[in-house]
Amino acid sequence: MKRCLGPLRILAIIALAALGGQTFTHPGWAEDQTIVVASTTSTQDSGLFGYLLPIVKQKTGIEVKVLAQGTGQALDTARRGDADVVFVHARSAEEKFLAEGFGVKRYPVMYNDFVVIGPKDDPAGIKGKDVLTALQTIRTKVAPFVSRGDHSGTHIAELRLWKEAGIDIVNDRGSWYKEIGQGMGAALNMASASSAYLLSDRGTWLAFKNRGDLAVLVESDKRLFNQYGVMLVNPAKHPTVKKEAGQRFIDFLISPEGQSAIAGYKINGQQLFYPNANDPNA
Amino acid sequence: MNDFTQALELAVSLIGRFDPELRQIVGLSLGVSLTASLFAFAIGAPMGTALAIYRIRGRVALIVAVNALLGLPPVVVGLAVYLLLSRSGPLGALGILFTPTAMVIAQTILGIPIVIALVHRTMVDVWARYGDALLVDGASRLRATSTLMAIGRDGLLTAFLAAFGRAIAEVGAIIIVGGNVRGHTRTMTTAIALETSKGELSLALALGIILVILSMTVSALSFLIGRILTAR
Repeated sequence: MKRCLGPLRILAIIALAALGGQTFTHPGWAEDQTIVVASTTSTQDSGLFGYLLPIVKQKTGIEVKVLAQGTGQALDTARRGDADVVFVHARSAEEKFLAEGFGVKRYPVMYNDFVVIGPKDDPAGIKGKDVLTALQTIRTKVAPFVSRGDHSGTHIAELRLWKEAGIDIVNDRGSWYKEIGQGMGAALNMASASSAYLLSDRGTWLAFKNRGDLAVLVESDKRLFNQYGVMLVNPAKHPTVKKEAGQRFIDFLISPEGQSAIAGYKINGQQLFYPNANDPNA
Repeated sequence: MNDFTQALELAVSLIGRFDPELRQIVGLSLGVSLTASLFAFAIGAPMGTALAIYRIRGRVALIVAVNALLGLPPVVVGLAVYLLLSRSGPLGALGILFTPTAMVIAQTILGIPIVIALVHRTMVDVWARYGDALLVDGASRLRATSTLMAIGRDGLLTAFLAAFGRAIAEVGAIIIVGGNVRGHTRTMTTAIALETSKGELSLALALGIILVILSMTVSALSFLIGRILTAR
């Protein structure tokens, strides 16, 4: 009988070794100072959170668990009560979220801008044009274009721009328009591999490493403004929301200290996000 | 080829530096996947054995179902577990979404059909060969089972390792239920997905190389321990 248990004993040993590790004894999960922030891929892929969260932890004692999901998914996660705070960038979607009663109040935090990116040699010839003309040109030349297609803030902005350019992209798209349903990084990887055009937030672009032949072709158009906002999930809808810690996180972000921390995030000397919590219209 | 050599160099230097974040990620990957495959084994092995030696009604249907579930897409399991554990879901009060516990649950579900199917296959063979003899000897079926498990231990080990292999390589389920939270639920596979999305392709591939090395180590260790215990 003793030998019979061989395989089971092996498994028991392996399991004990695994359980003895830090997996389930990690401190902090149950503590009230840990909040879940549902955010966008851009805040993570740009490296902002990697830089900012240790500062938040040091100044406020709050440990932030970030879900990098894209604005649409982040708001849905919060609607289900699975996040304490949302930190996203699509004002229309945020206001809908507030109107439904899921958010308490929206605070503007910072902005950067979107850029139209494409192959350096620019076969469609959009370089330096305004964004609406650029999109019309891409459409006319049926140049390959990668769309996020995931209801993210960037996707929502892209759809708005097509509309403003007078193009009904839902009905007018052909095989040139590739809707991939993935994050900003995946979209950039695909554009890089297939010499396609796309809309990106500048933060993710600046931090992105696999650029290949891609370059910024259209920028500095006021239509490309990209505002980020933060909201506490309404505790009246979801009593499990950690309102005290969540609000303290928000208060830090919009405080002069938090704002200057955001302004201090740079890649190769280039600032990625511009704080504007004081702008009531943002 | 440049990408691959660069990744290899990076993998070596990451291991050499004994990077603390990497260590934490590796620890979590191993912890979650080993625990999940262990649970899957504990649940699946008796079921697979029972399917092999008892004449249960609807046995064939069960076997077909289990084999079909081998193709269970991780992302579907992840979504189902997510909806169950969400604050708005039936088990929301537990508050374990976006924790390693949720990841273990998802990977256990993915592992169970694999263990059942492989254990069943092993046990059918063993039973066909030794079952009658054991029953003639007067052993009860339950008593015979432990002897059969000893005879079929190689197959059992394979079943466990197959479940572990699925768990450690899987990203679709744990990225949904774990959320890929840095320092909490980021594993090797979700880190690879993240680095890929940041365009850090060499780093992503380097992590992949380390993952393969880990997987091989676990497999080799299991067989080694199996040898030692059998030889005694």
